[in-house]
Amino acid sequence: MQVNPLNQFKIKKIFDISLIGIDISITNSVLFMICAVLSVLVIFAFVIRVRHTVIPGKFYLAIEEFYLMMANMVNKNITSHDRKFVPFVFSLFIIILVFNLFGILPGSFTVTSHISVTFALACVVFCVINIFGLVTQGFGFFKMFLPSGTPMWLAPMMIVIEIFTFLARPVSLSLRLAANMIAGHVLLKIIAAAAVVLSIYLKFIPISFIVVMTGFEVFVAILQAYIFSILSCVYIGSILDAH
Amino acid sequence: MEVGLKFVGVGFMAIAMGLSALSVGWIFSSLLNAISRNPNIIDQAQKNAFVGAGLAEAPGLFGFMIAIVLIV
Repeated sequence: MQVNPLNQFKIKKIFDISLIGIDISITNSVLFMICAVLSVLVIFAFVIRVRHTVIPGKFYLAIEEFYLMMANMVNKNITSHDRKFVPFVFSLFIIILVFNLFGILPGSFTVTSHISVTFALACVVFCVINIFGLVTQGFGFFKMFLPSGTPMWLAPMMIVIEIFTFLARPVSLSLRLAANMIAGHVLLKIIAAAAVVLSIYLKFIPISFIVVMTGFEVFVAILQAYIFSILSCVYIGSILDAH
Repeated sequence: MEVGLKFVGVGFMAIAMGLSALSVGWIFSSLLNAISRNPNIIDQAQKNAFVGAGLAEAPGLFGFMIAIVLIV
């Protein structure tokens, strides 16, 4: 029995919708995005509803601790703009986390395994970096391409290298997330195929391995969301805190 | 181009995975060293080590992506 482990990343149309010649059909990717966003909204609305009691419950404390962790991280990395970027980084973190965690459910579709999705998220970060850098520093923004203390004869080469480093940021940011998700899910499917093929006395080996790897995938999902948000913080901070 | 050489290239991508695994191992061995020398820094060191491990395994996964592009 041959099953292509990349079949799980195929996008299928569920509802066919087209608006003035533009295809805006509901695919399984869109469906899981909607589910993820709705689940976040429902959980947070539930938490806000119970806020008016005298003693906040466990959920409220959990979400508040979660928020404080992100706010702490943002304030450590972006020192000049106090708390201005907390909502942006928090929503980035939580949306990537929920997309990743929804992908681990058996039979579901991993939204972040497509580079188009992750590159769009990375482009948002890139645009934020450029716009806020240009607004807050004007033409001083371009000083970033020449690190201070560079000898004059090295300057042309350094500028080219720094520009390429700057442009490679969204690519590496998006590719890291997508590659991690693809690798984990392909690995799970390959082990599952081994479980199908092996004889009945040996099936317990791949099945127990799948359980361990699924736990590891949950860890990777949380870790990659954290890395994405902390790197966005570092990039924004490196632009805005430069003088 | 010979079709068989494509799979040789895919096999070479395993070097990228192996080297990134080596780097992740280095990060965690350094973490153990640091914690056993000074147990007070365990929180900060652990957080940095996990972020570093996530960054270090990325190049191996880039190689894996190229292998997938070659195969499919």
